[in-house]
Amino acid sequence: MIWAAEVAVTLKPVVNDPQGLVVRDGLRQLGFSQVRSARVGKVIALELEADSEAGAREAVVQMCEKLLRNPVIEDYHVESITPEPSAVGAG
Amino acid sequence: MRFGIAVFPGTWSDRDCAHAVELDGHQAVMLWHKDRDLQGVDCVILPGGFSYGDYLRTGAVARFAPLMESVQEFAAGGGLVWGICNGFQILCEAHLLPGALVRNASLQFRCEPSWLRVETPDTPWTASLRSGQVLQIPVSHGEGRYVADEATLDLLEESRRVALRYVAPDGSPVGDASPNGSLRDIAGIVSEGRNVLGMMPHPERACEPLLGSADGMELVRSVAASLARQASFA
Repeated sequence: MIWAAEVAVTLKPVVNDPQGLVVRDGLRQLGFSQVRSARVGKVIALELEADSEAGAREAVVQMCEKLLRNPVIEDYHVESITPEPSAVGAG
Repeated sequence: MRFGIAVFPGTWSDRDCAHAVELDGHQAVMLWHKDRDLQGVDCVILPGGFSYGDYLRTGAVARFAPLMESVQEFAAGGGLVWGICNGFQILCEAHLLPGALVRNASLQFRCEPSWLRVETPDTPWTASLRSGQVLQIPVSHGEGRYVADEATLDLLEESRRVALRYVAPDGSPVGDASPNGSLRDIAGIVSEGRNVLGMMPHPERACEPLLGSADGMELVRSVAASLARQASFA
């Protein structure tokens, strides 16, 4: 069966994120003075085949370890894994 | 000497690198990313550019090219591998060098002269140079800020693997004038075996006076002389 997975890849807290600083300052400029910090990451959306949710999660974790994140600078978090109804039965 | 120059989709400095090594009387052999044959070259250059469009992360996709498998083996056997700019990013992603290169602290793409202090003559690229010598070689990158954890940085310093460091033109610390905010102002490092060099600045763009500096040729001449010495011992 087909699963939809979303992985968030973010810079490790110890890695300076100049992009996040610019976003934070921009938000403050717009009047959002309550913003304490902002960090910019990316979301990777995957569709994959697996027999079970556990199998899908295991595969996604492997993908993160091998390619999707660089362990020197990035952390990852599997945000969601859900059955993909639209893809059921698709070739 | 025969210098192999890797060509990935999106590489842009391959012809410039060929020109630089040919200026010093060497042969440039273009190595296509889909090939595995290194054609008996003495040194492999991974030139600058935007291999695979910098997709996912800079250098992250090039690491899977068939050519890179051969480059990995070549490096493991002591072969000289020289990563410049995107080539440095590829070497970090391929774990041939520690650390990573992230977005410049300024968030700007910087294309400008930079000054590099030779930190050790104990690499094939700097063997003919003296410690403390300052080279003027331009940078041209948006993601050249070298980062690694403190333990790795200390190890690099202690084992004298920091080959080149950004400095002011007079050789003093670069301070806020750093082109990218690299930790410890690191511009270039070598592998544990000292046969793999990664550097962000572009020596091939400083290969004749017309370009404003010919200091990049010092590295070409040094590595060629090191190869010649190696060959005479072999």
